Amino acid sequence: MFSLESIKNTVQNWLQLHVGASMALVIESILLGILVIILFAVLGLVLVFMERKVSAVMQIRIGPNRVGPRGWLQTSADTLKLMLKEGLTPDGADKFLFNLAPFIIMIAAMLIMIPIAFAKNFQIWDINIGVLYISSVASVSVIAILMAGWSSNNKFSLLGAMRSGAQIISYELSAGISVITMVILTQSLSVNEIIASQENGWWIFKGHIPAIIAFIIFMIAVTAETNRAPFDLAEAESELTAGFHTEYSGMKFALFFLAEYINIFIVCAVASILFFGGWMPFHIGNWQTFNHIMDYIPSSIWFFGKTFLLIGLIMWFRWTFPRLRIDQLLNLEWKYLLPISLANMLLMTVIAILKWYL
Amino acid sequence: MHEVVGTTPKGDFIINVGPQHPATHGVLHLVITLEGETIKKIEPHLGYIHRSIEKMCESLTYRQFIYVTSRMDYLSAHINNHACALCVEKGLQVDVPLRAQYIRVLLDELTRIASHELWWGAMAMDVGAFTPFFYAFRERETINEIMEETCGARLTMNYMVPGGVMADIHPAFQQKVKKFIQQYKKKIDEYNELVTGNIIFQNRMKGVGYLSPENAISYGCSGPVARASGVACDVRKRYPYDVYNQVQFDEVIETGGDSFARYLVRIGEMQQSVRIIEQLIDAIPQGDFQAKTKAVIKLPKGEFYQRVETARGELGVYIVSEGGTTPYRIKFRSPGFCNLSALNEMAKGGKIGDLVATMGTLDLVIPDIDR
Repeated sequence: MFSLESIKNTVQNWLQLHVGASMALVIESILLGILVIILFAVLGLVLVFMERKVSAVMQIRIGPNRVGPRGWLQTSADTLKLMLKEGLTPDGADKFLFNLAPFIIMIAAMLIMIPIAFAKNFQIWDINIGVLYISSVASVSVIAILMAGWSSNNKFSLLGAMRSGAQIISYELSAGISVITMVILTQSLSVNEIIASQENGWWIFKGHIPAIIAFIIFMIAVTAETNRAPFDLAEAESELTAGFHTEYSGMKFALFFLAEYINIFIVCAVASILFFGGWMPFHIGNWQTFNHIMDYIPSSIWFFGKTFLLIGLIMWFRWTFPRLRIDQLLNLEWKYLLPISLANMLLMTVIAILKWYL
Repeated sequence: MHEVVGTTPKGDFIINVGPQHPATHGVLHLVITLEGETIKKIEPHLGYIHRSIEKMCESLTYRQFIYVTSRMDYLSAHINNHACALCVEKGLQVDVPLRAQYIRVLLDELTRIASHELWWGAMAMDVGAFTPFFYAFRERETINEIMEETCGARLTMNYMVPGGVMADIHPAFQQKVKKFIQQYKKKIDEYNELVTGNIIFQNRMKGVGYLSPENAISYGCSGPVARASGVACDVRKRYPYDVYNQVQFDEVIETGGDSFARYLVRIGEMQQSVRIIEQLIDAIPQGDFQAKTKAVIKLPKGEFYQRVETARGELGVYIVSEGGTTPYRIKFRSPGFCNLSALNEMAKGGKIGDLVATMGTLDLVIPDIDR
């Protein structure tokens, strides 16, 4: 079988046989770094293209269709254009911070990739505090946004950055509590164990109503955290021109743009791991034949399929809803989502103690 | 005039929205004093697109100057032309054939729908929903096609002339308009479903940009902006021109005074325009499309004033004639200018997001303000 797991094992065995254990680790690390960068590039291109096609379908348009077959090369051409553009640094800007910010946001996005399981036994490193690690590293991106907004020396950027700061910090709470709600159920923070616990049914089905509430709150919160419409106040086009990245151009802008899409992928991947079993195939109780057929579909397809469906959901939000106002945004979090998710967590604790799931 | 950069002595932010800014829909320049995100003061700076149309009109004949007015409020070009034609006819004391009157009113109402369509899309885009813009343009495109067939142009039609219309309508005009109206009625429901009923949209619009009836009157607001504050000011009802006194339609009035009320007034007006068109489209009488006028029009000495209801409000055309072939002085009373002047009153105390929602419902067309 050409599953990702067997490829990984082949490479690992070959390396250990030929260069020795310690050298194999070094080479593997380098390979992984390159793989993550390639994944970023591919994801960026695919997701941007997907967004443009999704929006085109919703807006009764055709979307990109000229560059390459069916417009597939459009995003590559755009990237090429951005690479050739001059990366301006404004005169009044704090040059060091201004140039550093796009890299920080990318590095933060890269680091989150570590514990995500892309397929069965295909994971960079199974950290035992996996989801905690993801939530904590994800919040680093707010620093980059604040840096970008502040160092640009532009009032629109600053307003966008402040909005973004308030927004991300608030919505992190709900997202975190939703994650904790599921962790109570799985009794583990490790991504692998969370997935393993869903072998005979995904948590969204097994976890009763609290799991569904947690899923909805998680999706709302991560949409806000990734600064996507209807929560795209940080770059609210009609209000702040482009918000925190108004002054960025060329590849520096592209890094912000790319990071947004990578972050969408990451949060959807986390949602699919927590609620939809990650790479775990769809199983129904005792239907042996059905379960067996489902097992034949490679685990990586399950993972990417679920993740991309959730990404589609987030894109659907973006092209349907108007934008909230900053005070309404904070009201929604502090007055509704946070109390609900706290109560939901309590409910889930009761369910977990009584073992009402299975 | 204030400084336009930096901060005030009190430490408040001054930001410049425009002349290049996605929310101003043109080259409008707003100097906004902010305290955090709360707006303390708005000062519009005008003149970026001033083309001295009024002065240009003084050197053009009474047939020629109408064409320039298409470039004022380009979204209701027909209605501008209509106002000028009516004013010249007033001076000439010529009777316009009934057929021409019907055609004029029909095209006026189609223009109104097209203009409100564009406003609706742009307004939704201002509050962050992109998709409605494309829906709006789909319908507007149909109207533009009808216009193109009949008038030969899509935006600046120049179809109204003193004494009637320039040419007869296209043979397929009636059938196409009827087909459009049939489809369009369903589309308004779709709009309501997509935008009006949306909870986020309602939260963004309700209670935002309040304009009291007193302020609406004292600032000289007109059109949907004033009617949303409960001021009945529809020129088509109060001072009917052409066949407006023969058709049944309601003057849409809301009492909320906020952005949502202005939104509802415009949605209601689209429906009323459909009603007017339905009544007239089958009843276009046979006859001339233009009254016989002299090739060179000379207005008698005196002053002539005509007001019409454009998509944005009351447009006044004031002609002073010395008896020659060109007007001695022309003054346009444009609705956008007065509506914009109330913006400070409306947006003060709100957030930046509210400013966008308020400005969107004012339906500003900058060439109309600057002329």
